[in-house]
Order: sequence, then structure tokens, then C-alpha cells
Amino acid sequence: MNSNIFIIIISSAIFYGTPLFYAALGGILTERSGVLNLGVEGTMLIGGVSGAWACLHIGGSAWFTVTMSILVGALAGGLVSTLLAFLCITLKTNQTVAGLAITIFAGTVGLSSYFANIWKVAKTPVPRPIRNMDVLGLADTPVVGPILFRQTSLTYVSWLLAILATVYLFRTRIGLQLRAVGESPQTADAMGISVIRYRYIHTILGGALAGIGGVFYSLAIVPTWVDGMTKGAGWIAIALVIFGFWRPSLTLFGAYLFGALQSLSSTLKARGVDISGDILDALPFIMTIVVLVLVSSRFAHRRLGAPAALGIPYEREER
Amino acid sequence: MKSPIRLERRLEQPKWLNWAVPFISLVAALVLGAIVLWLTGKNPFDVYQRIFERGFAGKQAFSGALEMATPLAFTGLCAAVAFRMGLINIGGEGQFYVGAIGAAWVGIAVSGTPTGITIALMCLAGMVFGSIYAAIVGVLRAKFNTNEIITSLMMNYLAGILLNYLIFNSKSYWRDPDSPQFPKSKNIADRADWNTYKIFGIEMPIAFLIATLAGVAIWFLYKRTRFGFEVSVIADSPKAARYAGIRTSSTIVIVLALSGALAGLGGAADVGNFRGLLDAKGIQMAGYGYTGIVVAALARRNPITTIFVAIFIGGLTKAGYSLQGPDFPSGLVGTLQGLILFTAVAGEILIKYRLRANVSRAGAVAA
Repeated sequence: MNSNIFIIIISSAIFYGTPLFYAALGGILTERSGVLNLGVEGTMLIGGVSGAWACLHIGGSAWFTVTMSILVGALAGGLVSTLLAFLCITLKTNQTVAGLAITIFAGTVGLSSYFANIWKVAKTPVPRPIRNMDVLGLADTPVVGPILFRQTSLTYVSWLLAILATVYLFRTRIGLQLRAVGESPQTADAMGISVIRYRYIHTILGGALAGIGGVFYSLAIVPTWVDGMTKGAGWIAIALVIFGFWRPSLTLFGAYLFGALQSLSSTLKARGVDISGDILDALPFIMTIVVLVLVSSRFAHRRLGAPAALGIPYEREER
Repeated sequence: MKSPIRLERRLEQPKWLNWAVPFISLVAALVLGAIVLWLTGKNPFDVYQRIFERGFAGKQAFSGALEMATPLAFTGLCAAVAFRMGLINIGGEGQFYVGAIGAAWVGIAVSGTPTGITIALMCLAGMVFGSIYAAIVGVLRAKFNTNEIITSLMMNYLAGILLNYLIFNSKSYWRDPDSPQFPKSKNIADRADWNTYKIFGIEMPIAFLIATLAGVAIWFLYKRTRFGFEVSVIADSPKAARYAGIRTSSTIVIVLALSGALAGLGGAADVGNFRGLLDAKGIQMAGYGYTGIVVAALARRNPITTIFVAIFIGGLTKAGYSLQGPDFPSGLVGTLQGLILFTAVAGEILIKYRLRANVSRAGAVAA
């Protein structure tokens, strides 16, 4: 029963969608503060390579090693985004170019590959990968078992984070102030909210989440470091933020939809379904374009709640 | 939390900054790169000296720099052309691929046509393929206001998948049927091989000359024609452009098509002047499109400067490839390129703003 193809597709959609969700959730927090981070792809790769390094070098119990690896990946992602924050917020550079610079600097042939090379993490399987768990011994329950009870720890944490982020954004004072910063920094500033501080904190936080998404690739999906292993996931995550209308809950479903598309080719191939892998591989990218076209008309943008000050550096009026 | 410096908008932008800032950016990038090297236990002076020797010193090294500079000049122009209008086309990579596909098609198909005509036809095919591919992004942007950055990037991945399909996963027209074990494309016809001239012992690929011509043509287009003027009005203020009756939508499509045509031309040069076949793996590994963005940013979108910057980045990249080994890790050149992009972006600040010390108003420090 549990080897039914639909159950496999749904459970692997959640598995593959998890790193997308982490990166997209980071994107939501960053963009809600009015900063557009196009460096997600590079940030994920740096997180991934750092996590793999930590996994190879930090001893102790499996749990400890994995947790530390995730934290190291988050820290690395946070550091990379600090650089972005400095460029975009303090130096007020063009945010799109700065984000692009991050992705080229840290990306497939950049710093992440350099680190992998000098730390010798490439081609060595990580000793303690993130494994799928068996929650409460229910993993073999028909239908819901593989979908709900045989996921990774990071997946369960991501569900918790989705709830926390929703509460944070829409039910707390700080969340309200954050949205104010993203909508109208002038007003927020006049209210005594530090625009700079909110933007820095949420850009760094977003980078840390992207870093965790990267760790999921190097510790769970493959689990070996491969240069450029995220293969565009960071960019898909940026589109997912728009697709989810800057809301964590909708983005979670979007992430699983794209997770399904990403896993489809390997799932179907394993089943011996005769279908061109190339077309399936192309699906997530085609879908991203289609989704963007659907939601990006000016009308839709305004209705769907894009932060009004997104991408605009904040400049206090000169005295 | 008061920062020690503050940015003050310049009322006038002095001319000398236009060349001084890229130079300062470059030096800053090399210093940052040295810090990365030093932190990771390498001797920065040693590494830089070897890059210089392998990339620029001597006729052979310089020929190599020109060879690598050629595709980068095309992709750099591709990025610069769109950038001028405030459009960020990072699809140069994919447009380069499809340009190569189109040119290889012509190169394989021709027989008996004189070399000059073949070169022209291959260029044309590369440009048409590249421009159509980029125009899709332009139409989506103009019609639906779809973010061109993400769509053009997605199109890069799609073009990569198309390349793999044509060479590895199908029996396409491009694939060499005589080599079933090691999938590769057919070689282009002998007469489709592009010329390389020898000038003072330096090998000058004809494609580099074409790139230079293209750079001059773009400069002329943007500085001396009505179209160029309209583009700069749109770049400065889309609203003003609309009031002035400039057709913004069609200009977006035209500029992106032009941008794609340049990248496609680069793809044609890759097939005709350098590899002699459609090397699906090789051109995906090279990442010319992404590096072209670095080139355009450092050149500050000036098409003629782009050619010179391409030579510099070309030499750097070439040196990186040839030095790659146990004590010269891969990824180093990409990291340096990324740092150059950072400092080039940050350098724009020095042009737009004046840095002033925040402590006392009198003790202002000019940048």
C-alpha cells in the first residue's frame, strides 16, 4: 500500500520541498523588511558546504553532529547575508546587483567550490547524514505513515517554523513593526523604529535559513557535497516567496508543489516509467516562469501584498 | 548605533571618477582576495604572481587571454546593453547556449560555401537564436511585468537541459552518430572554421575583432542615435519616458533581443572560432554568461570599456584554468570574480555619494 506511487510522490515532495521552504521562509522575512535578497542560491551553497565540513569534523553522537552541522550551515548563511546587508542597507547599493554578486561570489564556481576544495569535503559522503525518522513508530501506517511520520527532523522543525513565522509576522508587535518597515520605512522611522536594525536582523536571519536549506542538500538529499548541488533551488525559492504572497503557510504548499516537480523524475525513473527525464527536469523551471507570469502583473502585485518598499534602499531625508 | 561615516549625495559627479573608481574597485578586490587566500593558508603574492605570469605575461599568455576574452566580451556586452536600460539580463548564459546551437547547426549543414559567407551565416544564426530566446524574457517583462532576472535565469537552466538533450539524450541532428559511446556533437565543416590571425606573434581570433566592432557599434547606437537616447530616458525615468511618448514596452523587447543577439554571437564564436563543435559540457562548465555580468559591472556598462575589461578578466580566467591543481584550488578564480563584482558594485557608491566622517562637520574627509 505504502509503495503506491502517489504516496511516494507526496512523501518525496515534502522531502525535496523542505530545503525550498527553508530558503523561501528566509526570503519572506528578508523581503518583509524591504530587502530583496537575490543571493539565496549562493547563500545556500555556502551553508551546504559549511554544514558538510562540520559534519566531517565534529564528533560526538549522531544527534549532536547533525545539529551542529545545521547550526554551522545557518551561521555561514548568516555571515554571507551580513555582507549583503552591509552592501544593500549601509552602502545602499542596487539590491539586485548586490544579490547577484553574492550568488556569483559564493556560487557554483566561487567560494563554495573553493571551500570544498581546500577543506576536502567534495566526494566524501558525510558520516552522519540527516535521515528520515520513524516518529512514534508510525512510519509504516498505511497512507499517512510515509507522508507524515517518516520525514526528517528538519522537516518537522520547518512545520513548527511555519507556524511560528505566521504568528510572528501577523500576531506580534515586532512582526507588525517589521511589516511597517517593509511597507513604509519613512513612517516606521517616524514612529521611532530603527529601519536599519530591522533590515539587518531579518536579512541575516533570512540568510541563516537559506544556509539550513543548503545543509539539507549536502546532508540529506545527496548526502555528499557536490559543487553547485542546489541547481537553482535558491532561485526557485525567490519565486516561491512571490508565489506564496509573502505568507509562510502558502509558501509551504508552494514548496511542496515544487518539491514534487523536482523529485518526479527520479521517482518515475525508479518505477521504470518510460518518460524523458529531460522534460521532467525542465518542469520546475518552466513552472517557475508560469507562476511568475501569473502573479506578477502590477494589479496582482498590489493585491497580493508585496511589501511596498521592497528593493528600495532607505535614505533618511537630508536635514 | 551611529556609524562613523555617512554618505552624502554628490551634486556633481566628477569625470575622473569614471575611470578611477573601477581601478580602485579592482585593487580593493585583489586586496580582499589576498585576505581570503591568506586566511586559508595560501601565499597571496605567490598566487597573484602566477596568475599574472600565466594570464598576461608574454605572447602566448596574452593569446590565451584574448581567446578567453572573446566569449566574455560578447556576454559582457550582452549584460551591458540591458543594464543600460536598467534591465538585468542574467540570461546571457542560456542565450549563449542557444546561439551556439544555432551556429553549430549552420556549421554542420554547410558544404562548399566560402569561409567568409559561412562565418556570416553562423553569426546570423547565433544572433537570431540568441535574440529570440532573450525576446521571450522581454515579452514577459513588457506584457506581464514579470521579473526579468528570475525568468532569464530559469531560461538558462532550460537551455542547459536542451543542450544535454541534443547531445546526450537523443539522436538529434547535432549528435555525432559515429561516437555512440562518448556522446558528442558532429564537427562543423572544415570551411566553417573561423580564422585566427597572427599579429606580432599574438593570436587574434576573428571573433575578437567582431566583438570589438560590436562594442563600437553599441557605443554608437547608445550615444549617437535617437533610439539610444530613448533608452537612456527610460533608464532614468520610465514615467518621463511614457509622458514623452516613448514606447517603453517595445523598447524593452528590442533591448533584450539585442542583448540576446550579442550573447548568441558569443555562442557562435565558441563553436566556429574555438571548439569546432557544439561542446555541451564544455560551454556549460565555462559559465561565460555569468562572468559577463562581472565584466559589464566593472566596465560600468560602457561597451568599449567592456572589451578591455574582458581581456583582463579573460586573462585571469585563463590563468585560473591552466593553474588548476592541488595547490591552486578550483573556485579561486570564481571567488576573485565575485569579489570584483562586489567592489565594482560598492564602487558605484563612491561615484554617487561622498563619504564624510560623522564625528565633526568640519573634519570632512573627501573620498
